[in-house]
Amino acid sequence: MSFLSIKNVKIRGIAACVPSRIEENKDYKELSAEEIEKYIQTTGVQRRHCAIHDGSICTSDLCQKAAEKLISDLKWDKSEIGLLVFVSHTTDYRLPATACVLQDKMGITKNCLAFDVTLGCSGYLLGMGIAGSLLQNGTIKKALVMVGNTQSEYASYHDRSMYLLLGDAGTVTALEYNEQDYDEMDFNYLTDGSGRASVIVPDGGSRNPVNEKSFIQEDYGDGIKRNRLQEKMDGTEVFSFAIHHVPQNFKELMDQIHLNKEDVDYLLIHQANKFLCEKLRKKIGFPPEKCPYNIQEFGNTSGATIPLLMVTNLKKELESKPLTICMTTIGVGFSLGSGCIKTNKIVCPDLMYL
Amino acid sequence: MTLQNFITLFAEQFDDTEMDLFTPQTNFKQLDEWSSLVALSVISMVDEEFDKQLTGAELRNANTIEELYRIIESK
Repeated sequence: MSFLSIKNVKIRGIAACVPSRIEENKDYKELSAEEIEKYIQTTGVQRRHCAIHDGSICTSDLCQKAAEKLISDLKWDKSEIGLLVFVSHTTDYRLPATACVLQDKMGITKNCLAFDVTLGCSGYLLGMGIAGSLLQNGTIKKALVMVGNTQSEYASYHDRSMYLLLGDAGTVTALEYNEQDYDEMDFNYLTDGSGRASVIVPDGGSRNPVNEKSFIQEDYGDGIKRNRLQEKMDGTEVFSFAIHHVPQNFKELMDQIHLNKEDVDYLLIHQANKFLCEKLRKKIGFPPEKCPYNIQEFGNTSGATIPLLMVTNLKKELESKPLTICMTTIGVGFSLGSGCIKTNKIVCPDLMYL
Repeated sequence: MTLQNFITLFAEQFDDTEMDLFTPQTNFKQLDEWSSLVALSVISMVDEEFDKQLTGAELRNANTIEELYRIIESK
């Protein structure tokens, strides 16, 4: 078991930004209207906000816009931000770290620890756990956890399992060291790298450097074609892993922190696809009214789904009253996390567009 | 769980296929209604009834319902 229990850290605010450009799944050319309708019914995804992947909008740009607004609403001084964690699989460069780029572009003090974490769907809970743990030390006072992805970049148009599912988003969560008035955060993690081939972009890293073959479109049957620089997802393996391990991992966390489901205001399930989310909701045992969705508007935005869901669906409550929010995430790796955080009247600007 | 019980549960994952088409020797991937979505429902049913993780690879390796049952029982 891999638990983290974080104290003396306060969640001050959350913000999110998505590309203003929208892709409607009903406009997809490679399926019939009837097939698209069935796809939408099963996955829940009607439309997605997607950047054009020519370098004009990167994940860091979405995170930066969200962060600038949040910092200004919080009236934070950028000279006080001592930690910047950027969690993404879509970094600006292979090197340097995007967190360093952001430190400079945003004018955050040089006296700052900034680094990237390469994780996908589980990224929010990992990022919060890492930043919370570092802040607990008490010597760094303010931190930004930026979690986002523009991974629609990796989807082949001829691979409906990916193309109609992936959306882009950038988010930021502001954390502060505070011994008197803190919000408890608890996490439980699980990693199973034996599933690494189930969600993968095979070429372009050091293991399989880009070569001429990387660009060749291969036919995987069933109308699915993609090249080796695009993302492959074996949906059956992901589902199998998720349905078995997510509820178990979540229950371990609840037992560890002695929390009853009745005392939880919301369970935020990583917006992977509606079919999986509903199976997980029922197995974990939460009523529909405690498990909001925004997958219909944004698709699967990887690590950003949970904070994005907080901004789009829970803004008013986050701003006005104390909440106990549980979360479950599962994805590429496989990397899995469950979390429970308490919030008390945090700053939550309206969703932003770029 | 007996093979017969398993076959009943397996059949419940389908909406439109006649019950008598499900036998130990049924080559389930040849059924008209078999789809990736039914596959997910089978995985979910196995998780619920056996508390075991049936992987996509295991499902691909089984041809008949009985073969699938043996794979699950041996886990």
